[in-house]
Amino acid sequence: MSTELLGVLAMYGLTVLLAIPLGKYIANVFQPESANGPFERFIYRIGSIDPTREMSWKENLVALLTINAVWLIIAFTLLMLQGILPLNPDGNPSMTPALAFNTAISFMVNCDLQHYSGESGVTYLTQLFVMNFLMFVSAATGIASLLLIVRSFLPNVVTTVGNFYVFFVKAITRILLPISFVVALLLVFNGTPASFDGKDRIVTVQGDTVGVSRGPAAGMIAIKHVGTNGGGWFGANSAHPLENPNYFTNMVEMIAQVLIPIAMLFALGYLINRRRFTWVIYGVMTVGMLCLLIPTLITEIHGNPAIAQLGVSQSTGAMEGKEVRFGPLASGYWSIMTTIISTGSVNSMHDSSMALSGTMELLGMMTNAFYGGCGVGFLNYYYYLIIAVFISGLMVGRTPELFGRKVEAREIKIASIVALLSTLLVKGGVALAAWVFVNYGDANWLVKPSAWLNNPENHGFSEMLYEFTSANANNGSGFEGLGDNNFFWNYATGIVLILGRFIPIIGPVAIAGLLSQKKYVPESSGTLPVDTATFGLMTFAVILIITALSFFPALALGPLAEYFSLK
Amino acid sequence: MKNHIGPAIRLTLVLLVVLSVIYPLVIAGVGRLAPGSGKGETVSINGKLVGYALVGQKFTEDRYFNSRPSAVEYNAAGSGGSNKGPSNPDYLKAVQARIDTFLVHNPGVKKEEIPVELVTASGSGLDPDLSPAAAKIQVARIAKIRSISADRLNQLVDEHTQGPLVGLFGPSTVNVLKLNVALDALK
Repeated sequence: MSTELLGVLAMYGLTVLLAIPLGKYIANVFQPESANGPFERFIYRIGSIDPTREMSWKENLVALLTINAVWLIIAFTLLMLQGILPLNPDGNPSMTPALAFNTAISFMVNCDLQHYSGESGVTYLTQLFVMNFLMFVSAATGIASLLLIVRSFLPNVVTTVGNFYVFFVKAITRILLPISFVVALLLVFNGTPASFDGKDRIVTVQGDTVGVSRGPAAGMIAIKHVGTNGGGWFGANSAHPLENPNYFTNMVEMIAQVLIPIAMLFALGYLINRRRFTWVIYGVMTVGMLCLLIPTLITEIHGNPAIAQLGVSQSTGAMEGKEVRFGPLASGYWSIMTTIISTGSVNSMHDSSMALSGTMELLGMMTNAFYGGCGVGFLNYYYYLIIAVFISGLMVGRTPELFGRKVEAREIKIASIVALLSTLLVKGGVALAAWVFVNYGDANWLVKPSAWLNNPENHGFSEMLYEFTSANANNGSGFEGLGDNNFFWNYATGIVLILGRFIPIIGPVAIAGLLSQKKYVPESSGTLPVDTATFGLMTFAVILIITALSFFPALALGPLAEYFSLK
Repeated sequence: MKNHIGPAIRLTLVLLVVLSVIYPLVIAGVGRLAPGSGKGETVSINGKLVGYALVGQKFTEDRYFNSRPSAVEYNAAGSGGSNKGPSNPDYLKAVQARIDTFLVHNPGVKKEEIPVELVTASGSGLDPDLSPAAAKIQVARIAKIRSISADRLNQLVDEHTQGPLVGLFGPSTVNVLKLNVALDALK
């Protein structure tokens, strides 16, 4: 057990050690004076993009939304036609419209809920041209979105906030592609397949005839983590022995997914020249992470109390849904990191996590701001920050301001709408699902509502709660027992996915855009300092209160009730 | 909106070529140098392919080290866990049944000695490994059937035990397929 704990400490320690220099590198990539290389210039030329052109926050958002719409159309079309297109050695069928709708959106928004299994539901063509492609561009969209708010932290009054295309292209060419390439090679040399050979058929030692799915998986598995996407090549995601062959690859994949979210924070510190401010934020996020992680690790080591009553030895901890080569600690660590940073890849099945771990995984997605996804993690934190500034301002009786700019009614309204939206989407969605489950159990869908749930009682409720929470947080992990490939779940979560992605991007970019047009008032003794531990605590309290008020009742009905019933 | 459609389409096309064609092809190319040429490393007996080194197999016969329960019966055409929650009564009954079966097949083993991974399904359904304890608890049964000394079998398990990464990180594991292939090769 001690080597397992050491493994977890090493994973986190190495992540932070790598994130510090990477943050500096990322900041250099995006400094206004940083030049474009020949590769970027080639891409701009083909795209007929003028990299020197500055755009307003509104025009940048239009550019962002337009190109996302193009991807959605391409992805949807390919998924609907994949059965008759080339690169389909296993002869997998085309998707139904409902599934294609859900899948195309899910990958476009960096979520990767998967209502299909990689082995049978997609082809090598769609794995590469839809999944792998959207993993790169959605992560780059997130990073570019964060860069659109940078200027609101700087003293100059500006009407333009940069060029989305430049941020986007450089995020791919300078950050995502090189890191993914290295990770992919590490995976290939540890046994992850990369060739285009189709499914193999073998006769095992005991004489069973079984298939073995393969394919050009390594590259996609790399960007799946580097870009905090999370969609697996195989159905079992990173629990699959070809997707995550050993403890070393587990460390690589784990570090790869947390690396950019933390490095982006440090990069922001350099870009706005306020490194203390971002270190305080890093501190708040780390405390939040630990509050979720420590109970999870403890409960997973102790194992399942119901199985303890059956009398077997749980010296290896809770093992249902877990792999021997990772053990309960590395699995517990993964389950928390993947839910707080919106990756949603799994190396154990969350549906079988201990009840307390399930609570923590849900809370990780509900706050969605402890490190968070590529770029968007800070954007989520940003609206908590705005609310914290506002409340602190009221408490000390001063006009709330952030870095020399007054935060006024309009900004607060936007931040509050974004904060409240997730409550509405998650709890509204679950309420609707529960209503359908109770009243229309026999609806003639691919999976009847009465057959949705893989577990009874509170845990069944948790499965539905988890699905909507994951969709809203653009996380992508699931309590996979849920029978989700049908009309209801494909469309309902598809809509939640889009709103849960773009509103939390549009909101903060709009707030920052509005702020950067306001008069700059130099900081004075009357200014509320936001780079102190006190203000960090204040922000943490805001996050805690908003999340607790929003979601506690739902958690009480699901995993908390299960936890107490197991005692 | 209109003046962004053109750039959006052209940018998408060039990135499709870079990210969806060149990137995977380069990795596939370099992957040919990896063990198994990037197709997955295989295990053969006398030239006959019997499995993939990393993909677990179903071993239920008493003369082999048994692998863990699997929600997909170790058919790697798919993958997945049971997704049973910790409090699910049907699930707990299934675990109880596995415990009873194990005790019948391994007389002399006490219930509290059975490592939990032998009666719980893995996340992938393809777990290639057991913990050393879960392999060794089966030694007495196999020793009797195969008339090999328990010491020799324990030694075999030790030889196939993969320690923590660089001796420091993570649990120890035993690859069940490789262990059983070596078991069959014992004279």
